Order: sequence, then C-alpha cells, then structure tokens
Amino acid sequence: MARYLLLRLADAIPTLLLVLTLVFIAMRILPGDPALAALGDAALPEQLAEFRERMGLNVPLWQQYFNFLGGVLTLDFGRSLLSNTPVLTLIAQNLPYTIELTVAAMLMGIVAGIPLGVVAATNRNKTPDTGVRLFSLIGYAIPDFFLGALLLITFALNLGWFPINGAGTDFVSRMHHIFLPALTLAFVKAAFLGRLTRTSLLEVLGKDYVRTARAKGAKENRVIYRHGLRNAMLPISTGLGLSLLSTLSGSVAVELVFNRPGIGRLLIDAIAERDYAVIQGGVLVFAGFVVLINLLMDLVYVVVDPRVRVK
Amino acid sequence: MSIIAEETTRVLPAEPNAFQKVRAVLFGRPETVFATAVIAIFILIALLAPWLAPYDPLAQSILKINRLPSAENWLGTDQFGRDVLSRLIYGSRNSLLFGFISPVLAAIFGTMLGVIAGYFGGIVDRLISRVIDLLLAFPELLLAILIAAVLGGGFWNIIAVITVAFIPGFARVARAQTLSVKQEPYVEAAIAVGVRTPVIIVRHIIPNIMAPIVALMTLWVASAIRIEASLSFLGIGTRAPNPSWGNIIRDGLNSLFGSPWPIIGAGIAITLVVLSFNLVGDAIRDALDPSTAR
Repeated sequence: MARYLLLRLADAIPTLLLVLTLVFIAMRILPGDPALAALGDAALPEQLAEFRERMGLNVPLWQQYFNFLGGVLTLDFGRSLLSNTPVLTLIAQNLPYTIELTVAAMLMGIVAGIPLGVVAATNRNKTPDTGVRLFSLIGYAIPDFFLGALLLITFALNLGWFPINGAGTDFVSRMHHIFLPALTLAFVKAAFLGRLTRTSLLEVLGKDYVRTARAKGAKENRVIYRHGLRNAMLPISTGLGLSLLSTLSGSVAVELVFNRPGIGRLLIDAIAERDYAVIQGGVLVFAGFVVLINLLMDLVYVVVDPRVRVK
Repeated sequence: MSIIAEETTRVLPAEPNAFQKVRAVLFGRPETVFATAVIAIFILIALLAPWLAPYDPLAQSILKINRLPSAENWLGTDQFGRDVLSRLIYGSRNSLLFGFISPVLAAIFGTMLGVIAGYFGGIVDRLISRVIDLLLAFPELLLAILIAAVLGGGFWNIIAVITVAFIPGFARVARAQTLSVKQEPYVEAAIAVGVRTPVIIVRHIIPNIMAPIVALMTLWVASAIRIEASLSFLGIGTRAPNPSWGNIIRDGLNSLFGSPWPIIGAGIAITLVVLSFNLVGDAIRDALDPSTAR
C-alpha cells in the first residue's frame, strides 16, 4: 500500500512537468507575439519593448522556460497587467469561492443522485426508472449556464427568494448566495450519478452472491445496501472523480451567470482584458486541480478496492 | 429426398444493406424517431435560414429595444433591438457547423496519432501515450476553455479548440484498436509478403478500426455543440455581433431586466439539439459497437 502510494506520487511529478511545459508552449509559442496580443496592433514599439522587459520575454526561450518553472515552484506567477496585484494574491482571493461552490454542488449532487439511481435500479423498467432516465437525458443535454439563467430569473429575479449576484459575507449569507449556483451544477451531477448508480447497482444485483443472500432469506433492504450498493461503490467512486472534474469546468460558466467571484470568473475576465499573467495563472490553477484530482481518484481507488495494485 | 432438396433451395435472409442499417438505427426506437426528426428540422432551419428568418439577424433598431414577444417579433427583441427569432435561426448555422466539423477533424487527427502510436510502438508510442493520457485527464470542456483562453475566439480558433479537445479520445480508441488488429493473421501475412507499411496502415488497419471511431464521432457531435455554446457564452467562442446560441444567452443575461426570451429560446434550442444528437449517437454506438451497448 505505502509502496503504491509512493510510486503514484512520484508518477505525478513528470505529469506536472508535462502540464507546465504544455502551458508554457501554449502561452509563448502558439499565439504569436504575446506583447502584440496583450497591447493590440496599435501599440508603439517602445511600449512593446517595455512589456517584453516586464514579462521577461526579452531573454532566449530556454531561459524563459526555466524562469517560468522557477516562478511556478516559488509560487511567483507575476503581476496582473491591469491592477499590478500579484497573480498569487488574486488566486488566493478567488480560490475559496470556487472550492466552496464545487464542494456544495458535489454534496447536493451525491445526496440527490445516488438515491435516484437506487430507486431506478430497484424499480427496473417501471415508472420510477423511466422518470430517472428522462431526468438524466435532460440533465445530460441542458447546458449548465442555461439552467442557471432559468433559476436566476425565476427564483432570484421574479420571486426574490435569493440574491442575484455576489457570494455573501457571513456564513448564512454565503449559504444563501451559493444555493442556486450549486443547485445548477448539482442538477447535472445528479443526472450523471443517478445513471451511473443505476447501471452499477443492476450489474452487482445480477451477481451470484446476491442470489445467495436472497436465498438465505436476507431482507431486501440488506441485499440492496449491504451486498449491492457497497459493491457498486467502486465504479461510483470513479464516477465521483470524473464528476468533480466536470463540476470544476462547469463552475466557470456558473460563476459568470450568478456574477460570483471565483477562479473561472478571474480567468474569463482576464481573457476579456488580455491580462496575460492572470490568464496564465488561471490556466495553471485549473491544470493543477486536474492533476491533483486524478491523483486523489487513484488513491481513493486503492482504499475502496484493495485488489488494485501497481501493475 | 424431397426434404433435403427443399432445405438446399431455401434462401437465407439477405444481409441488410447500408441503407436498411441506417434506417434501423434512426427509426428503431420511438425516441430516436423523435431525435431524428428534431435534427432534420434544425438542419433544414440552418440551410434555409435566409428564407426563414423574418429579419436581418444583425439589424439593430433603437425604436424596439428589449421588446417582449409580439406578432411582429415572435420572440421579441434584444437590447439592441435585434429580432431574437432571426438570431436564433441564424445561430443554428454556427452550432451545427461546429458540431459536425470538429468531431470529423478530431477523428482524422486522433486516428492518425493513435494508429502511429499503436502500430510502431516503442518510444513513439510512449511519447504519444503520455501526452494523450495527460490530456484525457481533462474534461473536454475544461480543456477547450483553457486552450481558448490562450488562443481567443473566432471561427477557426473555435474549430481548432474543439478539435484539439477531442483528439485524445480518438487517439486512445484508435491506439487500442490498432494494437489488437495488428495481431490479426491478415496483417501478419501482409507484413510477411512485404507490403509497404503505409499501405498496410491504409488498406488493412484503418478500415478495420473504423466502427468504434465512427461511433465515437457521432457521440461527440452533441458535445461539440455544447462546447461551442459554452465558449460563446463565456465570450471566447463566436464573436459578437454574429449570432450563436451561446452568445444569445450571454447577451440575454447582460440585459437581465429586459426580456427573458432570448435566454429561453436559445436554451431550449441547445437542449433539444444536444438531447437529439445524444439519442442518435447512443443508437449508432449500440449498432456499430455492440460490446458497449446497454
């Protein structure tokens, strides 16, 4: 177990290095001249030169690469071109809101999704099952920003039950502000998890040991929860990881709909203002999250299923 | 004797031809009939947009800003006085165009990468697989957002962004399929008689790995439409003033106290089209790739 964890952690290092390299290539080489991209075609040559100097773009590419890696290692992401605030400060200000939203949405999605899946699986091909299937078809198709806009118009704008923007200050007001955005993301989660739970549970319920349990006279609830759901948790836990990642990508649009602070919002605003340093910082945060969540998924896998070991 | 004669003359049911197979997929279940109809209607709307749209989608009018639906403007007008229905009709062109082009391009490039990795193996395979595995860890939408953050919006950039986001998925499937097809006797025979490598790849490998690739392609039409809508909503996709379902919702949110109809109209359009392509994609996947069928 310890050996596996160490190996898996060590494996994350080249992955991170590869991510950093890809971000570096994308930021420096793909869009042509970042100075021109940031300042626009009308910029004077002196302005361009000053910009290159400030961003460290006037040294050879290999040196830029090592400066970039060094900067990331020391958590120095440069300063915003607009406000001159360190990018790290901006990230630190916005990250808690994104994490808060993601966690709230995941909890709501799990609480709704897994029971829906159990109901669908235990009532296979009956009305509840069809209902869950319809719900998940819609959940797979509806864009989160459209659902968010509908909730915003109905419950915040027309009924006035919830605030229309911001994130709140004290705990109660934060929960009040987070409800609709989290519900938006949770709807899609619940559709996905419901479907996944149904499939996994049905597969387990078809196994021999479930038939044995029933033959011994175990109560139906015990069969479903102790023998069924527990063994269905392995695919569900993988699904939770994927779901966490898609919640993170969905949070970008949802933060925009509800005018909430957050990393996605920071990134989108930076793109609109061509704030090169902040764009790079935002991209790195999201990429870092993806690597981290994948690592955690692998670790959870070992805990949930002791059979999983290094190949 | 007569019984034997009868048996030998019995005609086996004809193998269904391509047309019958497609028909079975598109009209096999009640829900796919619905989905096929929705897709057909939206394709017609996109093709006939100039004749169907009652107004120029870009024509602004200060006199009719944020109007609610009326006989004159069926879905009302937006904050620039543009007719919402006309913008939705023209917006369907963008959605469908990106929805079809990107999966096809991604399938071409992804298959090339996957086949190269799977066929040649060794260091080439290790390099390609490492990058693919890494990119597969990202949800397609997030990958698209991150690439678009660097590249910016606009027609060709959107195509590039969605294509790149889809390439890893195709490459993984193509690689796995190539590894198994490579073991087949007919490939070994071709190698033994000295057929050149490019010919083996084009004649023997690619035709035999196409089924799962095509299945994946149809499944990703829906994702491509969703991603284009999301990018346009975020302001890094189709650029204003050109209409796209995503940026119609964006404009609608920007004038929240105006009319909700741009949001409702565009949102329903996206949901319906994505739902329909999901249903048809599932049906095609089940038909082409029975191993993954529900």
